[in-house]
Amino acid sequence: MSSFKAFDIAGSGMAAQSVRLNTTASNLANADSVSGDPATVYKARYPIFQAVKAMLASQGTGEQGGPAVKVTGIYESTAPASARYEPGNPLADAKGYVYAPAVNVVEEMVNMISASRSYQNNVEVMNTSKDLLLATLRLGQG
Amino acid sequence: MPINLDQYVSVHATALEVRARRGELIANNLANADTPGYRARDIDFRQAMARASGDPASSVSLSTTQPGHIGAANSADASTNPDLKFRTPLAPALDGNTVDAQIEQAAFAENAVRYQATLTFLNSKFRGLLTAILGS
Repeated sequence: MSSFKAFDIAGSGMAAQSVRLNTTASNLANADSVSGDPATVYKARYPIFQAVKAMLASQGTGEQGGPAVKVTGIYESTAPASARYEPGNPLADAKGYVYAPAVNVVEEMVNMISASRSYQNNVEVMNTSKDLLLATLRLGQG
Repeated sequence: MPINLDQYVSVHATALEVRARRGELIANNLANADTPGYRARDIDFRQAMARASGDPASSVSLSTTQPGHIGAANSADASTNPDLKFRTPLAPALDGNTVDAQIEQAAFAENAVRYQATLTFLNSKFRGLLTAILGS
């Protein structure tokens, strides 16, 4: 039924934003995971969002809707790991270097705030849609 | 004189439908607030209303004579559906996204209030009928 589409849309938005929050949490948690080999060091992960076009053909065509936004994949950043000279570190390679992931903590914080704001937006949409739908159900009762 | 119930509530019933559709569209815009390349869309309410209530002057439609044809009115694409318009962005993002969360929030709130106003109108119409039926 078409009235419930708003729930699907807001729900897909919430799902996508929580994937984004998850990747941000993973990036932040691993910001200091150093490694002795630049190839095995943690790489920052980011989701790819895509709008679903087959959505909202609401006039009479029925159930061809789906989630309105989806995460098509998660890509790993190709930014090179930064080398730090720490000969005392047990993980250091033969030359005394350890490699830290190219995670920009400030950028990740901004990402986190943006994702949580968008998530809240979708929650609000869902709440309002629910209230309107309940009011519609009560139509004619007084 | 018999009352035509359809006619009695007609404007408000159609308005409710168009409002619900607009709410969906704005929800879609908000859900795609972070999608690269997504362009925000909205409904031209006056036009959609006129089309939904069957005003022939405002309805521009493509006839579908073959099974493979796509009807324009059912299209989700703003370039072929006459009701859908792209929003003019104030400050489009570098990734091509034109959703302004604040504008969409305001539009959603406005739409919700108007939806509720239409519901109130409908309710009072039904109450009026009930009063007439019960005579009290």
